[in-house]
Amino acid sequence: MANPILSLFGHSPIKPLQNHMHTVVQCVELLTPFFQAVIKEDWEAVEATYNSIAEFEGQADDQKQDIRLHLPKSLFMPINRSDLIQLLSKQDKICNTAKDIAGIMLGRKQVIPKKIATDMTAYVKSAVAVAVEAKVVIDELDELIGSGFGGREIDRINRCITKLEKAEDKNDKRQITLRAKLHEIEADLPPIDAMFMYKTIEAIGNLADRAQSAGEQIQVIIAR
Amino acid sequence: MEVLNEYGQILLILAIIFGLFMAWGVGANDVANAMGTSVGSGAITLKQAIIIAMIFEFAGAYLAGGEVTATIRKGIIDPLALQGTPEYLVYGMLSALLAAGTWLLIASMLGWPVSTTHSIVGAIVGFAAVAISVDAVSWGKVGTIAASWIVSPLLAGTISYMLFRSVQRLILDTETPFENAKRYIPMYMFMVGFMITMVTLIKGLKHVFKDIGFSLNYFEMSLAAAAVGLVVSVVGSMMLARVKRNKDIESEDRFANVEKVFAVLMIFTACAMAFAHGSNDVANAVGPMAAAVSTIKSGAIATKSIMPTWILLVGGVGIVVGLVTYGYKVMATIGTKITELTPSRGFAAELGASATVVLASGIGLPISTTHTLVGAVLGVGLARGLAAINLRTVATIFTSWLITLPAGAILSIMFFYIFKAVFS
Repeated sequence: MANPILSLFGHSPIKPLQNHMHTVVQCVELLTPFFQAVIKEDWEAVEATYNSIAEFEGQADDQKQDIRLHLPKSLFMPINRSDLIQLLSKQDKICNTAKDIAGIMLGRKQVIPKKIATDMTAYVKSAVAVAVEAKVVIDELDELIGSGFGGREIDRINRCITKLEKAEDKNDKRQITLRAKLHEIEADLPPIDAMFMYKTIEAIGNLADRAQSAGEQIQVIIAR
Repeated sequence: MEVLNEYGQILLILAIIFGLFMAWGVGANDVANAMGTSVGSGAITLKQAIIIAMIFEFAGAYLAGGEVTATIRKGIIDPLALQGTPEYLVYGMLSALLAAGTWLLIASMLGWPVSTTHSIVGAIVGFAAVAISVDAVSWGKVGTIAASWIVSPLLAGTISYMLFRSVQRLILDTETPFENAKRYIPMYMFMVGFMITMVTLIKGLKHVFKDIGFSLNYFEMSLAAAAVGLVVSVVGSMMLARVKRNKDIESEDRFANVEKVFAVLMIFTACAMAFAHGSNDVANAVGPMAAAVSTIKSGAIATKSIMPTWILLVGGVGIVVGLVTYGYKVMATIGTKITELTPSRGFAAELGASATVVLASGIGLPISTTHTLVGAVLGVGLARGLAAINLRTVATIFTSWLITLPAGAILSIMFFYIFKAVFS
């Protein structure tokens, strides 16, 4: 790297960061087939899907490590370095949560009561949707730099963030409905199962929260 | 005196060989830096870059290289201090060429980013101050040159910053960036044509005009430059008209088509960059060679002598040979590795850098094209145009300065005493 012009250009962390988010979303999206398998009580499929989730999670971890290693303090970026590192760890937490949820379900071979199965599926899907909306926001990052932080691009990002917030809102509402339904039947369930059901619902809600928080980190990046 | 009579022929041949060696070094290293950004942004191919470099380096050297050459051959050293011993000037200039060339070779092998300009100035000041006398150096001029090394990257950075801001305002951050790119880019093309013509008219063709008894005042020169600028922008517009919008590639990157328009502009700024580089850096090889040759021929130090045209030709040929034998490899490396610099950024950096270098050439200040370009890229970065700039490079460049000046000086002092021992 002797050439001054060549060594002047550092590795842009933007594309790798977006690729990391893509891996995260691929991981999270597996929750939908995962829950379908759980509902069917097809434990072989559950385990196979869990393994795929764990694999994507591991891949995301590797990507995270790699991005951090290539982000020296001497890099001059239009984006604050610590804001970027924070975004990365927020992204990473989304798929960690997905893996935790799947891990507990598999470990306990937790059966989902038939009466809430449809609501559960919808709830999981709405959480995955939040992660997808967050990905859309993060996919705007390279265009934000491409436009040189133009006002129009910022408006565009703000519109994407509004959509993200709406998706999270939807997820919240589904959570309330699902909890109410679970509450109706909780007396019929073994107490520990009921407790873990509540825990699972909460964890899925957390996943959506974390996805929203990752997407909204872009606002911190824009505001300077 | 007798020395020059006795060994004049050998010294003359040595001057040409060392001059070619230095020019080769400039062509092998510096040209690639100046042109690599255009190749890297995908605006031109390697082959086109080499052709552009060959034509415009030569044109720049020939049309606008006179002032910097004059500074190097007679501005840094006070000729009066050497009146009695003209052979010392010949030894010194030969030593400076050999020292700077050797240092460039060593530094390239060790992988240090050194500047040809800094090497040659360090070498000339070194032999003059130590081997002759401290008074032999025009310290005022040297101070101005040193100051210009700080000012030039700053100026280039400022120009590039403003250029990129204008691109953001006029093109990127608008409802119809593609249409606006086509509308406003001819304006930047005009700037390129105007700038190069102006410097050529003021500095380069002065002697030609004088010979044929023709002269222009500044107003007439501006008019002529504006006319050329207009022609350039019309030609550019016709090239732009051929760029068609391909909506398919916009799903991946909304600015993909806009960048295609900027790529056309970058052909023009690449020419400007090659011209600017030729106008400034050819002097590093040609200046000392010219000083040595004119002293050998006249047997005395002539302050008023006109530089023979063939010397500029030797410099131009050396640069082109350096480019073709080695420089293209460096250019290919830079070209394939710089992917972050898109045409909308690359043009701003190149135009800012070439404007600064051409200005310095006009004033007769030898500056480093590479450092000026680095300053220009930083300017684009400050305008939030680049995703990641490695600031450590700036520190490395600063360190290489501090090493290059004494290294060039020490080597040239050494060579000076060797020449003195051999010939006197």
